[in-house]
Amino acid sequence: MRFFDFFRLSRRDDSANKAKERLTVLVALDRTGGGGPDFLPLLQRELLEVIRKYVDVDQEKVNVDFQAGTGFSTLEVNVELPNQLAQLRAG
Amino acid sequence: MSKVIVVTSGKGGVGKTTSAAAIGTGLALRGKKTVIIDFDVGLRNLDLIMGCERRVVFDFINVINDGIRLNQALIKDKRVDNLFILPTSQTRDKEALAAEGVAKVIEELRKDFDYIICDSPAGIERGAYMALYHADEAIVVTNPEVSSVRDSDRILGILNSKSKRAEHGDDPVKQHLLLTRYDLDRVQRGEMLKLDDVLEILAIPVLGVIPQCGSVLQASNLGMPVVLDDKSKAGQAYKDAVSRLLGEDVDLRYVTPQKRGLVDWLLRRSA
Ligand SMILES: Nc1ncnc2c1ncn2[C@@H]1O[C@H](COP(=O)(O)OP(=O)(O)OP(=O)(O)O)[C@@H](O)[C@H]1O
Ligand SMILES: [Mg+2]
Repeated sequence: MRFFDFFRLSRRDDSANKAKERLTVLVALDRTGGGGPDFLPLLQRELLEVIRKYVDVDQEKVNVDFQAGTGFSTLEVNVELPNQLAQLRAG
Repeated sequence: MSKVIVVTSGKGGVGKTTSAAAIGTGLALRGKKTVIIDFDVGLRNLDLIMGCERRVVFDFINVINDGIRLNQALIKDKRVDNLFILPTSQTRDKEALAAEGVAKVIEELRKDFDYIICDSPAGIERGAYMALYHADEAIVVTNPEVSSVRDSDRILGILNSKSKRAEHGDDPVKQHLLLTRYDLDRVQRGEMLKLDDVLEILAIPVLGVIPQCGSVLQASNLGMPVVLDDKSKAGQAYKDAVSRLLGEDVDLRYVTPQKRGLVDWLLRRSA
């Protein structure tokens, strides 16, 4: 048995390291108040208003995503334009 | 001078009650007059772990709400001198923990006891908040596992902002890490977070590392706090933790592997 233990050591699982990496990010985020920054809902609403000045889109078509990381975080804004506009452009 | 110590974790089932029972009993064995209070209203468990479930007549909630005297509710342990248990109610809910009532009980206990150990319920709601509010020190019970470490960190935040000490601007609650259910084999295989990882993330001093150990279940079957089992590794580790709590400098056990060199292997084979 012990003999095989040597081999097992060389085939180390590294899920503990993964756990530590994830935790480091998670805990850092929790400490700043958890999840994304709390201005996100307001940002989403104001973006919608601006976009509506130019295009007629509805609430669900504007999507704001926040992805946190240790080095930097990304904010992704997706706006689905209405069909009409897409056709206009094509035409 | 009396000390109120909360045993807390955020996450459920990590070993708070086991630890509160073991450390409370350990303190009493060291001659400190100690009471362990069950704050887990509705899920009464401490009396089971302490083996005094059939002696419960009145409880913590009766003292707070029904005019029962504290002395009538305190249960004196039959095995260890200086050790008392204040059980909670099985039928009421956490709302029964009125803040002023809890404060009064703690105040009264402070006059008489060296250590008041508060066994917190899981979660970060009312019950857990009541258990930690009066704390001078906190034992944060953590398992080497992502969700437990995360919840511990949140509890540390709450201790720093919502405890009585925080609200009154006194010295902060002294925080201790108690890493439990530690499985050295799995740590070595890289399957489980190691002590250093957890320390790096939580950044509080370690009070003890309690190995995953079959004797804990056995002790709970018997209604005997695991420190009373002299052969138990977990019991030993809890005793060491108690020594550290009393300010003694004791090396950590069960965190470094025994050497598995060739010579060692041969010795083991021939043994
Ligand atoms: N060192 C250990 N080795 C093995 N089993 C353990 C150890 N510590 C605790 N356990 C087991 O883990 C389970 C949960 O323990 P315990 O009831 O003390 O946790 P808890 O944090 O108080 O739970 P809850 O959040 O429900 O109050 C029990 O079955 C107990 O026997
Ligand atoms: Mg419990």
